[in-house]
Amino acid sequence: MTGTSEFEDIPGTYLFNKDRCHEGYHLNMFCMSLIKSENRDAFRADEATYLDKWPLTEEQRRCVLERDWLGMIKVGGNIYYTSKLGATDGRSFQYLAGAMSGLTQEEYRDMMVSGGRSIDGNRSKLEKD
Amino acid sequence: MAGIVAGLATSHVPAIGVAIDMGKTQEPYWKPLFDGYEPARQWLAEFDPDVIILVYNDHGTAFSLEVIPTFAIGVASEFPPADEGWGPRPVPAVKGYPGLAWHLAESLILDEFDMTIVNEMAVDHGLTVPLSITCGEPDEWPIPVIPLAVNVVQYPPPTGKRCFDLGRSIRSAVEAYEEDLRVVVFGTGGMSHQLHGERAGIINEDFDRRFLKDLTANPQRLIDLPHIDYVREAGAEGIEMVMWLIMRGALNDEVEEVYRHYHVPASNTATGLIILENRP
Repeated sequence: MTGTSEFEDIPGTYLFNKDRCHEGYHLNMFCMSLIKSENRDAFRADEATYLDKWPLTEEQRRCVLERDWLGMIKVGGNIYYTSKLGATDGRSFQYLAGAMSGLTQEEYRDMMVSGGRSIDGNRSKLEKD
Repeated sequence: MAGIVAGLATSHVPAIGVAIDMGKTQEPYWKPLFDGYEPARQWLAEFDPDVIILVYNDHGTAFSLEVIPTFAIGVASEFPPADEGWGPRPVPAVKGYPGLAWHLAESLILDEFDMTIVNEMAVDHGLTVPLSITCGEPDEWPIPVIPLAVNVVQYPPPTGKRCFDLGRSIRSAVEAYEEDLRVVVFGTGGMSHQLHGERAGIINEDFDRRFLKDLTANPQRLIDLPHIDYVREAGAEGIEMVMWLIMRGALNDEVEEVYRHYHVPASNTATGLIILENRP
């Protein structure tokens, strides 16, 4: 069995499976290019032109240009790649996690210091409803 | 002859590396975590192994999505620290151990583990943070390292059973190596954490503590744990913990737990560290 439908029952979670890898390949490879310092400079100088090098969908382009961090995940972005765009902006993993879950960096940090987001009520969409 | 003498598992959170590199380890946020690492540093310095086989995952650094090897072994003499978007960490290059690494590659493949052989790769926080945690900030790393990278980013990662069995095969291969070497295996990653989506920040201390407890005395429960249980209970990125089972598989059935540390949080993550010594 290779299907991953049971994972879709987990709330707020986007398993990086074959479909997401396929959909997000170019988005993630754009992010990957930012591990080189000269590419970060070129991207910062003219984001839209730099993005033209990758065949992104309109929605993927929008998510990158508007820094819609959760949106990127929904169109096939993987956090280990989108975090390279975050690093280019000087953003930490904590900032990105807060942005994706609707919290400021301070609110998110406080939640983590208090023991993190509770697993109770977050295991299953069915359980949640 | 060579032999595996102990195993160590630890989280490899990038922010831990940043805290070390920026000199923040004594700040109130970080101090409890680093206080807990001190006994592990002392243990490793006193134990003084000849080689570390370090199991970790690459986070879109050396491999990206172009090529996704399930298991890869580094056979080079040296592995430079990678630029992950912030510039490379200011840590020394990692010294390899090509003799044993090539022996492992050959032995594992002939034992039907189809390893990818890597002659050149930069190593990211997954490998360098565990070294910083256990060795501090030396000018040169004191122990050579054989990197063993596992895919846990693209679904599906290898199963827990496959990881444990790879550990078994590593043990056999090391024991067949002629040089007199004391080898320690590191398993890294975890513990509970999720970095993406609306559920980012999930922590499950109960899951983590049971995992630490069973790693020593009841690894069979963990070998049987399906991926969905990791993702649901320990967060999507918590699935890194399958890599700890490679370390456990490389040890004897009977091991002695000599140290354990657990702390929440480091950035987004619950951190664990455990040291297991082989009983003769």
